[in-house]
Amino acid sequence: MTAVAEPVGELTVEHVVTRAPVSRAQRIGGAVSLAFLGLLTLWRFGIDGHHHQKASLRLGALGAAHVPHFTVPAVPVAWAAGILTIVLGLLWLAAPRRRWFGLVMGVGILLFTVALICWLASASSFAFVDVVGLLTSTINLAVPLILGALCGVMCERSAVINVAIEGQMLGGAWAAALMGSVIGATAGIISGALAGALLGWVLAVFAIRYLVNQVVLGVVLNVFAAGLTGFFYDAFMQPHTESLNQPPLLDPIKIPGLGDIPVIGPLFFNTSVIVYMTYVLIVLVDIWLFRTRWGLRTRAVGEHPKAADTVGINVLAMRYRNVIIGGAIAGLGGSYFIFQVGQFQKNITSGQGFIALAALIFGRWSPRGAVAAALLFGFASAMQTTLSINAPSIPSNVVAMLPYLATIIAVAGLVGKVRAPAADGEPYVKG
Amino acid sequence: MSEQTVDPAADPQAALTRPPEDEEQPHGFWARYARANSLVVTVLAFVTALVIGGLLIAVADPRTQDASHYFFQYPWDTFRYGFAAIWHGYVALFQGAIFNPHTASKGTWEGYVGPISETLTNATPLILGGLSVGLAFRAGLFNIGGQGQVILGATCAGFVGFHWHLPPGLHLLLGILAGMLGGALWGGLAGFLKAKTGAHEVITTIMLNYVALYFLAYLLSVKGFQAPPYGQAISNAVYKSAQLPPLLGGSVRVHGGLILALLAAWFVHWLLTKSTLGFRLRAVGANQFASRTAGMSVERSYITVMVIAGALCGLAGVSQILGTNSQITGDIDAGIGFDAITVALLGRANARGIVAAGLLFGALHAGGTQMQSATGTPIDLVQVIQSLIVLFIAAPMLVRAIYRLRGSTAGVGGELAKGWNG
Repeated sequence: MTAVAEPVGELTVEHVVTRAPVSRAQRIGGAVSLAFLGLLTLWRFGIDGHHHQKASLRLGALGAAHVPHFTVPAVPVAWAAGILTIVLGLLWLAAPRRRWFGLVMGVGILLFTVALICWLASASSFAFVDVVGLLTSTINLAVPLILGALCGVMCERSAVINVAIEGQMLGGAWAAALMGSVIGATAGIISGALAGALLGWVLAVFAIRYLVNQVVLGVVLNVFAAGLTGFFYDAFMQPHTESLNQPPLLDPIKIPGLGDIPVIGPLFFNTSVIVYMTYVLIVLVDIWLFRTRWGLRTRAVGEHPKAADTVGINVLAMRYRNVIIGGAIAGLGGSYFIFQVGQFQKNITSGQGFIALAALIFGRWSPRGAVAAALLFGFASAMQTTLSINAPSIPSNVVAMLPYLATIIAVAGLVGKVRAPAADGEPYVKG
Repeated sequence: MSEQTVDPAADPQAALTRPPEDEEQPHGFWARYARANSLVVTVLAFVTALVIGGLLIAVADPRTQDASHYFFQYPWDTFRYGFAAIWHGYVALFQGAIFNPHTASKGTWEGYVGPISETLTNATPLILGGLSVGLAFRAGLFNIGGQGQVILGATCAGFVGFHWHLPPGLHLLLGILAGMLGGALWGGLAGFLKAKTGAHEVITTIMLNYVALYFLAYLLSVKGFQAPPYGQAISNAVYKSAQLPPLLGGSVRVHGGLILALLAAWFVHWLLTKSTLGFRLRAVGANQFASRTAGMSVERSYITVMVIAGALCGLAGVSQILGTNSQITGDIDAGIGFDAITVALLGRANARGIVAAGLLFGALHAGGTQMQSATGTPIDLVQVIQSLIVLFIAAPMLVRAIYRLRGSTAGVGGELAKGWNG
């Protein structure tokens, strides 16, 4: 509690700033997870580490010329990281602050990751780990998740549950492949977004107008999208691959100046146009939701539609617009698959829409949280590949489970309470 | 239970078995749902889905496509070829699902019962999965975790089947029990999390699906589980002693899993209509707050129903691995978890309806395979038809609007849609 008293004339105005209390589950859960991470680091990478090996971290692949790299001793790094994580856990236990929770957990995970990568580099049969390659594939894998999760943010903040992100992505991917092949890349991207928006509109109509249970609806729409795209793929694309399913690949665009910065340049500023659009969308959705009138109304509709209606906000129209825009964003995410793979395949999204849903929930229905969660999930699957190359003894499938287990732990409230928008999933009937 | 002052615990049957027309305000999900869906709407939903499916068949037909190029000169060709394609497609669907005169004319046993056997084989896991989802619906829970539960069931049953050598009857029994246990564990986990922490079952079951998928992928790379020579992700084969016996002779595929499915349907029917537990589950599903006030433990009901639902999906896994297949692969679940949701919705979450819906979708799957091989229409059409049927059934107002039907337009609202926080 901080009390600041400032005399204004004869009156004494007292501002009392109350901190939101940290729940016991969050306090203890956070401390226990940090302690667990720290002990794991100490035991696995410290005590059990490769004591005579140094870790070589390269900022580029082996073939590339003039790759900067630096060598660190793996075991001391692991000790330092482990001890720091445990200290962090103790600090959290002693003085928890709610707004620092994400930061504290993030630092803990980061320390664990650094120790893991150093250990991996010292254990690897290649004797190095390509850090830039790892981060590049993290971004590549995270972009569709980010877009899917942003779609979820748009829909669920206005209280329409969207389990059909997967289907919207799949529809977007299919349309992008078709129009990309027939007309061109730009048309492909646009029609991907349009197809996603169309499926978003279907979701909105059935959820808002026909009051169908939104989870049932999402599941059914996923089946519908998978069936329809699969049907059209078999009926049209498969027999005419060269004319209907050969979209051009998107060339990376280098931003002058920014693209020349050593590590960050190739990582962030030399990628495809969809990734740049993703950057813009992340900022846009965040500003949109928290800094504009539209966003305020969206959140009002999501939390208390009746109150929103009373002050003259058109609840249903808000929902329609948000769900359709969300669908377009997910469709864009779908088209990203196409311009990366260069071809539509049946079920090309392979469950990424559900991971995006997990990222949305893991990120607590906030754009920033969702993006962070999507990056974390992207990193987990990039790590899965790196692990299977460098340390085949670790089962990569077990690593692949981690994002899902983390989401279960998050929604179970073991590490803080996750709360959806209050009216999420409830149709609004005026009356 | 609405306006009467009758204590539900004292007079349970009277309160819950009253026909819905008597109630001024039907409580809960299924009461509203059933009222909004007359048989007419169901049939119309089916017909509408088949019509849209027919349009897709015509669009995908190469001859119709060619004819459409000169549509404005001679439109009749487009219609003629289009209708021919639809007719041939649906005839092939029928032949694959019910009776095929071409194979029957050979006079062999397989020729006669082959299509029916395929329908029943496909229907078996769908019925079991549908019962699982339907039972959970009745208790107010949405079990999207069928996929994971089927995988766990198949994995446990398969492991018992190929790891141990046991006498025939005992081996099969243990395999079935192991499968049920595996599914029950996976479903029960979601129920436990819901009861103890309030974690929404939709989120946890989706996540558990993926955990199960990767767990199976991991097992399929482990020696002792993976079949030699360890090149493919496929498990050892289940011993003959643990396999479900064929029902119509060894040459057609339908197996004892069907008996399990019918027994399970009878059990679910008994559970929901005759048992105290079933009454408790339905009461919790109808109104958890009222049930809590009446002294029922909502938490225990959630765990119980998810354990039973998981065991039912586990049985679907048993039917997959001890009946239809003998080796576990990465896609052993064959989409049953999600198809089961459509079966439960079409069957309106009661046992008889689910058996019928399972048979219908089983027939669609079996016929779809035949349709693909006979006319080249992609089998994905079945998925489209299936999702359309459920979509139309879930939105009776839309069907009524299409066919200008009169009736209650109140539809399915209110309590049917539950948010993440509910």
